Amino acid sequence: MVSLDNLIRLNQFEWEIPQSYRADMRVPVRIFATRQLLDEIKGDKSLDQAVNAATLPGLVSPVVVMPDVHQGYGFPIGGVAATRLPDGIISPGAIGYDINCGVRLLASQIEFPSVKNHLPDLADQLNRLCPSGVGKKGHLKLTIKELEKVCIEGSRWALKNGYASEADLRRTEEQGTLSGADPSKVSKRAKERGLMQLGTLGAGNHFIEVDVVDQVFNEKAANAMGLIPGNLAVMIHCGSRGFGHQICTDYVRDFQSAVKRYGIELPDRELVCAPLNSPEGKNYLAAMRCAANYAFANRQVLAHYARRAFEETLAGKVANWHLTQVYDIAHNMGKIETHEVGGNQVEVCVHRKGATRAFGPGFQGLPSEYSPFGQPVLVPGSMGTASWVLVGTTHSMQRSFGSSCHGAGRTMSRKKAKKSIWGEDLRKELQAQGIQIRAGSMAGLAEEAPQAYKDVDMVVETVHEAGIADKVARLKPVAVIKG
Amino acid sequence: MRKEITKIHPAPTSFRQWYTDTMDTKSATGYREIPHTADWELEVWAPNLLGLLEQAALGMYQLTGIVISSTPCVSHNLVLQLSEPETLLVDFLNELLFLCESEDIAFSEFDLWLDESHMHAQLRGAEIQSMEKEIKATTYHDLHIVETDQGLVARIVFDV
Repeated sequence: MVSLDNLIRLNQFEWEIPQSYRADMRVPVRIFATRQLLDEIKGDKSLDQAVNAATLPGLVSPVVVMPDVHQGYGFPIGGVAATRLPDGIISPGAIGYDINCGVRLLASQIEFPSVKNHLPDLADQLNRLCPSGVGKKGHLKLTIKELEKVCIEGSRWALKNGYASEADLRRTEEQGTLSGADPSKVSKRAKERGLMQLGTLGAGNHFIEVDVVDQVFNEKAANAMGLIPGNLAVMIHCGSRGFGHQICTDYVRDFQSAVKRYGIELPDRELVCAPLNSPEGKNYLAAMRCAANYAFANRQVLAHYARRAFEETLAGKVANWHLTQVYDIAHNMGKIETHEVGGNQVEVCVHRKGATRAFGPGFQGLPSEYSPFGQPVLVPGSMGTASWVLVGTTHSMQRSFGSSCHGAGRTMSRKKAKKSIWGEDLRKELQAQGIQIRAGSMAGLAEEAPQAYKDVDMVVETVHEAGIADKVARLKPVAVIKG
Repeated sequence: MRKEITKIHPAPTSFRQWYTDTMDTKSATGYREIPHTADWELEVWAPNLLGLLEQAALGMYQLTGIVISSTPCVSHNLVLQLSEPETLLVDFLNELLFLCESEDIAFSEFDLWLDESHMHAQLRGAEIQSMEKEIKATTYHDLHIVETDQGLVARIVFDV
């Protein structure tokens, strides 16, 4: 197991596990963390999993580990790995089962004190209109043909069908549509699973949160995003549901034999991969993009119903109940991007698993109003704690393939959480703090308790001080809807 | 949930030992949850691979907090291509997860057997009355079915 003795301190916020740590490593591991966070991180297998990830063929530079890292199932959650084109690999396990799990943030001009008394009704309406929980089906039932359109068009499908505005798409990563999606590379089973779940939240750590903008650190950027202190905002955290889970399951299964065909030896079978230029690699990339587009559309449909909940609850009670999109960004994704490697501009496949793209000011593809500040990075908290809005930096392009953290990061096992925390007690405790909780499962709520997570403020302070993202605003939850 | 003794049938030579070695102590089968920071980890043990599959299914259902009617009233037949044992285990559990989501059914009785190239499963269960938590997938992470003096043991990590 990696110990602190194996780490080289690069500076106060950066550490390295050298390539010499293990013979099969192809690159070092670069960790963004304070000494205090490292003490928490070393409590599980995160760093060993990062070392395993550093054995993947075709890596162009260090595997990057974020301060919210925690142990996953192969690749650590909070990891970034970039492989060269065309012969580097793509690994479904390094992107995750919940392809394009991500976060959407909506801002409002609603002053919290003016609607405080309506908060329980608002939480009820959000809970009613945004289906959440185990296997829940949504308001939509797609045909296979329609699903295939969602796969190809993503958020644009939502726009054509009345669930989005052009303004929403402008403020979505890749405008909510990844090109190169090919539904013929998606199994029949995955499609079956996708028919009923568009516009659903799911369970686990997914949520819809009503927040109050608590503190602003970069007034100009916050203004551009419409984040005004004291006003409400809505955060939606979910992904591609059973559709994406099945695509990953199918390709992890297929790649078990692909690695043998390509003579790839790995320390963990969940890291299976195939060369990007192989038929298997190309097929997965095309299928993964279908799931990514499904997830963009999913969050868009949920945003539509969140808007309806606001309208049904607050119309006539406040002058302007509308929700405007701040941004929508993935934190489980594989993207083909151009980065500087060894002084050259190189095309790479950036695997981000539990890590958010954090491109700096001026990059092409950002809405013009965000261009001076950098791309919004949305960092959800853990029900009772803050959520954050950051922006990417130029430094992140140099040190972390334009990536930053994605959340607080778990620190307590689910087993321990459900043993030490009683869901109903937690609900009452959060309600006493003024946070409305609507949850489908008290056991599930207990596993997601704030105590099970690292201190999100400390994680954010670390990426801010390390220079891979800058603080814009801190949000405080006042209502949480969980599956 | 009622537990049936898994029937053992002839298996292809390469799998024969694991599939057919039997032990006579009932305590040689079981499962327990292992702490995992983000996901769920289950340790399962049984005298043979088919028994291990059954224990893994029961443990997985327990993790999700599934409640089904105590009287089995739904049956389902599964046929899976034989592959190496770990892959068969993952395939079997993922099939059960799919049936949870698509058909709302789970199983309490498992009759598993093999022919030359396939594993057959005759499953009996009921509609799911409630389910607390969701598993996204069964993973291959650190998955090794290990032979011990007491039988076979495996640790399975589920993405949740």
